[in-house]
This record gives sequence, structure tokens and C-alpha cells, in this order.
Amino acid sequence: MGKKLLLEHIDVPGINTLSVYRSKGGYTALDKALKTMTPDAVVEEVKTSGLRGRGGAGFPTGMKWSFLAKPEGVPRYVVCNADESEPGTFKDRYLMEKIPHLLIEGMIVSGFALGAKSSYIYIRGEYFYVARILEQAIAEAYEAGLLGKNILNSGFDHDCYVQVGAGAYICGEETALLESLEGKRGNPRIKPPFPAVAGLYGCPTVVNNVETIAAVVPIVNMGGAAYAGIGVGKSTGTKLISASGHINKPGVYEIELGVPVEEFIYSDEYCGGIKGDRKLKAVVAGGSSVPILPADLILKTANGEPRLMSYESLADGGFASGTMLGSGGFIVMDESTSIVKNLYTFTRFYHHESCGQCSPCREGTGWMEKILHKILHGHGSISDVDLLWDIQSKIEGKTICPLGDAAAWPVASAIRHFRGEFEEFVRNGHSIKDVRHYYRLNGLPEPAYS
Amino acid sequence: MQIDQKREIRFSDETMATVQKIIKRYPEGRQKSALIPVLHIAQAEFDGWLSPAVMDYVASIIGIQSIEVYEVASFYSMFNMKPVGKCLIEVCRTSSCWLMGAEDVVKHIENKLKIKDGETSADGQFTLKTVECLGSCGTAPMMQVGADYYENLTLEKVDSLLDQWKVEGKRSRYC
Repeated sequence: MGKKLLLEHIDVPGINTLSVYRSKGGYTALDKALKTMTPDAVVEEVKTSGLRGRGGAGFPTGMKWSFLAKPEGVPRYVVCNADESEPGTFKDRYLMEKIPHLLIEGMIVSGFALGAKSSYIYIRGEYFYVARILEQAIAEAYEAGLLGKNILNSGFDHDCYVQVGAGAYICGEETALLESLEGKRGNPRIKPPFPAVAGLYGCPTVVNNVETIAAVVPIVNMGGAAYAGIGVGKSTGTKLISASGHINKPGVYEIELGVPVEEFIYSDEYCGGIKGDRKLKAVVAGGSSVPILPADLILKTANGEPRLMSYESLADGGFASGTMLGSGGFIVMDESTSIVKNLYTFTRFYHHESCGQCSPCREGTGWMEKILHKILHGHGSISDVDLLWDIQSKIEGKTICPLGDAAAWPVASAIRHFRGEFEEFVRNGHSIKDVRHYYRLNGLPEPAYS
Repeated sequence: MQIDQKREIRFSDETMATVQKIIKRYPEGRQKSALIPVLHIAQAEFDGWLSPAVMDYVASIIGIQSIEVYEVASFYSMFNMKPVGKCLIEVCRTSSCWLMGAEDVVKHIENKLKIKDGETSADGQFTLKTVECLGSCGTAPMMQVGADYYENLTLEKVDSLLDQWKVEGKRSRYC
């Protein structure tokens, strides 16, 4: 049984309420920070912990915090990125819905550490009911003197607000999120300046993912060094993994970083193996953006080492044979899955979600979607596969924000590892009928995919 | 679809109080930040979509130009720029949901309601829309109606929900 820092009390009835959360040690980190630590000491603990951004990029949080500009007389902001929209990722929703005070406590502690009097939780509009849960928790916190003026008699003031978005994946990119929070279209900004210097309303701002901010609570409680002792190498602490697809036990799992991928997929403690004891075909390990890997490469690195659930091990081999931990959106595909069709759903997604600012992404995502549609319906040619490769290579690295890369990587990796399947579709696409889901939904034995 | 052109575009006093509270949460001079939250309320109040008249009204409340509202409303997928049925059914179609059979759910709803993706039923009751990932991948396939998530769908479950909604005249609302 791995160590649980965030979800330890998730199943306690009523943990969404302040009283139960407090009875399980909630708000002790806030108490400790306000009464025994300086803001800089909190930042130091986060640095020592080795915590890395849990939204996808994995940037060291302590370092991000230390970049925050602190000009006199200018307000600073903490913004929580709860826009969770990366396909395959649903951990933040789970955390906020079940244990909202963990995030609220993290927001207040982070606000204290960074000298921010106001913070905003920007949550995707579709999670409306979760926003209500957060608002309820915030109201409880105000009533108990944990938010507002002179928190716990420390002299520290902090207000926390929930802002709902309205359906735009791009707003998970931090500068697009800030634009949206300012009441504009979610077009990412050119960096620099980085939000740490000019963020919300032009003021220094730190934007962190829900899970990152929640992790600040155990870090303050146990100390950064103890947190750094969990995990493996530079992948310290625990990570929430959203497991979905063809597995027996989909759901959110908190793992100690470093668990072998094989154990994560097949152990009853986690995914519980592949549905119907089918064979594993491929895994998207960190949300739709990261490269897809075939079964042999996700279980073992190209050198034959067991692949671990950590930032470094998943990235081992670069994009030639590795992938990324990303947001921890772990999508498992069994042998019946069409990689081409799956890629089509991803590419359609990126086309739909491109903000339209940069031509390579705006035009390229739509073009790739059309080509995949054509291949999927049996009208493609071998040169279309090469064309797809060419287009993705001309999007990657050529856009203002990482959505371009995110749209290119799934295409590149699917062709890199499953080129034969694309060619098969080109030759026989018209005869491939996508009927297996009909059988699955109706509980019938499924025909083998041929 | 019937559109009531004569309907007065005005928030109730109670709704207006909520809107004013939202506008006040931002620093002085940054009231435009209230735009998205207020558009959600406006959409819920005025038949589930944002007509130009509704957007102009929102602009006047926040104190910004109408064009600033139009450009934002048209950017975000949750804002409907055309009338929709009383009950907007949004079915996720992205990877994990597709893997678990979302296409069959969509086809099933299409057959049952005799509408295609993006269409509204003749009686104005239902609109079907396929949408991108809603963060319900571990409980796929799923659909959302207003603020409610319906997860781990089977065709039987969809059937009984649709039957129930037909009888009760279900309305979708986020807020």
C-alpha cells in the first residue's frame, strides 16, 4: 500500500465539510504556517520538497514561486488552475468534489507564502456543480475565520474566489486562463513577460494546478525534506493518476511516484488488469497530449528496464521510445482498439480547441483531422500518412503556446509506433466496421478486431 | 423553434443582486472579469442561449461595449449562439468515452429522438450535441445535461433517462 498524502481521508463520510476535515487534521498546515513560519520559509519548504507542477509540465513549483516579482505597492495574485480539460484527466474534479477544503487550505497557505491577498480558483464551466461545492467550502472557511481579515489572529488577510470558465481547453494554458479571468477570449499571451512578472491585471501572479496547491498542505505539515523522501529521484512525493479506458478498475489513484507501470496496470490495488483479460495494446500515460506507447514500450524502456510511473522513467528514451507523465491521465487501450480512430478523436479535439491565434495550429489541426477522417473512411493513400507526419512536424514548436505541440505529439507517436495500422486502414479502410462497442455495451461477446 | 421576440430582457431583482455581487468581487476597474459568470446567468435566465439583445443587455450592466461581449460569447463552447431545446444533452466523444462506447450512445439517442448531432427535436424539447472531454473518463461513457453528469452509461440507462425526461419536460440549466 503506497503512502497517501492527498487522498488519505477521501472516504471519510463528511470529509467535504469543515468540521470533519478539521477533525482529520485539516487546517493544521495553515495554523503552522501562519503562527510558526515566515512566508519565505514556506517557499523554502516547497523548494526543498522537490514538488513539480502537477498540471502537466512538471516545472518545479518552488522555483516558479521564487520567480514571483515583488514590487512595492503592487498586489500579487495566486490563481489556481482548475480548468482540467486534458482528455483522460479527471483527478482535480475528484479532489475538489470530495475534499474541497484541502484545496482551500492550500490556496490560503500559498497566498501567505507569496504575499497575495486575493486568490482565484478558475474552474472549467462544465464542472459547475464542483464550483458550487468549492463555494460552499469557502463560505464555511470565512465563517470559521480561516478566510477574510486577520486569519487565525495572524494579521494575514486573504480572500478566495471561484471563477467558472465556459468551455475552452485552451484556458488550461496559464496565460489564456488569465485572459479568460479578465473577461476576454482565451488567447494565450506571448511570453515573456511571464505571469510571475505580469500576470492577472498586469500584476505578479502565480498560476498552479489544483493538485500542486493541494500538495503544499502535506509539505508544510511534514516538512519539505520528508516529502522529498517519498518517490524516486527527482520525482518526489505522490501523484494523482486518472486511470481510464479498458481496465477493470478505472478511477483516481494516488501513487508514490516510482511505482512500476506494470504493477499500476495489473495490480488489484490500482487498475486491476485489462477488461476481459484481453491483451494490452497501447497506453497514453499522461493525458491526450503525450506520445502514445505500444504495450512493450510502456511496460519496459527501450533498454529493457522496467518502466516506472515517474517523470524521468516515462520520459526515458525521449520521444523515440518514451513519453511523459504529463497530467497523469492514464488511458489504457486493449487489443481491440483502433489506434487510427483513437487518434482521430484526439485530433478532432485539438482542432475544436485551437484558439485560432497561430496559423500552424489553427490550420494544421483541421487539416490533420480531415486527413484522418479520410483515411478512416477508406479513402486515404499511403502519401496521406507521410503528409500527416509532415504537418505535425510543422506545428510542433511553432506556436505561441504548447497546444501546438500537444496536437502534434499524438499524431507523431501514433505514426511512429503504429504506422502499419495506418497503412492497413489505407488498404482496407472501407471494410473495417467499428462494431465492437455495440457488443460491449450490450454485454455480448465481442468479435475479434480484424 | 419558437422564439419569443417580445420577451423583455431584464434580470429579476433577485438575479440582479447576484450579478452585482459578482461584479463587486473584482478590483476597481476590472469589472469585465465578471463577463463570463454573468453570461452564464444570462443564458440560464433567457431560454438557454445568448441572443444579440441579451448580450447587449449584459454589456450595459457590466459597462463594456457590445462587441466585447460578442467576441467572448462566441469563443466559448458552453455559450449557445443559436436557440437550443429546453433540454440540451451533451455527450462526450473524446478518447476514453469513445473507447467505452460513446458512439453507440450518440447513435442510440439520435435514433430515439429522431435528431442528428447538433439538431433540436421538432417539439423543441431536446437538442443533442457531441462535446469534447468533460473530465469523466473513468466513468465513461457519459453525458451532461445542465450541471448534472450522467456516467457509466448503458443504452438501457439512456433509454430510461430519456423516457423520464420526456414525461417530466426536463430542462437543462447550469445555474
